[in-house]
Amino acid sequence: MTSSIIARVRQKRIEQLISLGKRLDERGLTDYREVQVEVGVIEKAEGSARVRLGKTEVLVGIKIELGTPFSDVPDKGVLTVNAELVPLASPTFEPGPPNENSIELARVVDRGIRESEAIDLEKLCIEPGKKVFIVFVDVYVLNYDGNLIDASALAALAALLNTKLFKYAVKGGEVQIKPGYKPLSIRNHPVAVTFAKINDKLVVDPCLEEEQVMEARLTMTIEKDGKICALQKGGAGYFKIQQILEAGKIARKKAAELRKLVVKK
Amino acid sequence: MSKKKVKKLINGKGIRYDGRKLNELRPITLEVGILDNADGSAYIEQGKNKILAGVYGPKEVHPKHLAMPDRSLLRCRYHMAPFSVEERKSPAPSRREKELSKVIREAFEPSVFTEYYPRTSIDIVIEVLQADGGTRCAGITAASLALADAGIPMRDLVSACAAGKVEGRLVLDVADLEDKQGEADVPVAYMPNLNAITLLQMDGMLTSEEFEQAINLAVEGCKQIYELQKEALKAKYVEVKEAKKEDAEQ
Repeated sequence: MTSSIIARVRQKRIEQLISLGKRLDERGLTDYREVQVEVGVIEKAEGSARVRLGKTEVLVGIKIELGTPFSDVPDKGVLTVNAELVPLASPTFEPGPPNENSIELARVVDRGIRESEAIDLEKLCIEPGKKVFIVFVDVYVLNYDGNLIDASALAALAALLNTKLFKYAVKGGEVQIKPGYKPLSIRNHPVAVTFAKINDKLVVDPCLEEEQVMEARLTMTIEKDGKICALQKGGAGYFKIQQILEAGKIARKKAAELRKLVVKK
Repeated sequence: MSKKKVKKLINGKGIRYDGRKLNELRPITLEVGILDNADGSAYIEQGKNKILAGVYGPKEVHPKHLAMPDRSLLRCRYHMAPFSVEERKSPAPSRREKELSKVIREAFEPSVFTEYYPRTSIDIVIEVLQADGGTRCAGITAASLALADAGIPMRDLVSACAAGKVEGRLVLDVADLEDKQGEADVPVAYMPNLNAITLLQMDGMLTSEEFEQAINLAVEGCKQIYELQKEALKAKYVEVKEAKKEDAEQ
């Protein structure tokens, strides 16, 4: 995702600012850009949400379909997360099958939802081994200005909380869809917090230019009780153990702040 | 596949189902320089894991436009054989394999002096012949030896090992069944001399205290593996030295 070129003077400027505890857009090292969340933006989807993180914009749509379960978990519904880096979002995004960046993005979002057991998949089983609901979470990146993981994970959570499940009845082995909906039950609220390591310092919510100069990236997904439920290191650099533990403390605080924006009490 | 009965994995004395203590690695054997055509290669057995790693390069880049003017292009392919797991795996690279190829490559980027070989590529190939949990870590351990065997300058060997949580206890070097039934899995790649973590992932749920313990446990495991890696490299070069001596005597 950091393939485009950045001028060396710009790189120096970013690094200098960060060593002084400042950033290009006058944020503090642990401040997020402005976050805007809108839910229910696509009427035809069972659930949807649009998240803006500064200029980064991600749309998540949830579709629910009938299907067959995996043979090793016959009594559970299926969760599928896919991410599209839509070519209109950035000159560096090209059409074609998902590349490693979009696969990684989808799998990190997936891991947070799956490991925190946010969706009660057992409730999505209609007939064990035969019929279950499949929840498709499709992440659509509409504008790329850095930190796609946090924006996508937040949009996915907001969309899931906005998702309605159609009512049904089973008659003679056939599933019949009945009129009306009920909300999809969501038990946990995983929120991803991403750090960039620049000049050996950690900054939260890197923008595109910061991603282009960062040495490494670390994403921590925190569930509602403050436990860590997914981790992913990315980028060509490394972290010291101390930095990772420090990131954990910041992530818990930041995740709680972000969660308030999508989970209404 | 029928639903298997859940087996108890840790007994009252803190011994795991395969007889290991909580902080004990599985038996590891390492061999260096076993593929004829590769510039460097290694083979690892860790528990029932059987993994081959080969390194080709520095060599001309194909396709050419990927070449970089200031450094070598590091590439990695992690792949599992169709027969390596219980149910046959399609040989086409899965999304999991693509993600792991990416994070494994990024685990080696901080180690390899790519700037020494501009306009070339260094290709790491990891082929899992049999999987028994912790294949990405074992693959990294082997690939690190293959890079060294290829004579590619590195800042340090990369050693990798996972820690996890099984039945409420933290364990080192998570085996297949422990991974499937356990509560968390934290794979870590580490360069001991630089105290640098180059790969870190996690599945499952851990409190921050548990996470701190898990990461320290995994790093301890990496340090043990590091010693085994150095021995394996030395063993190969002693072999070479002795073979040369024999030649000279004849």
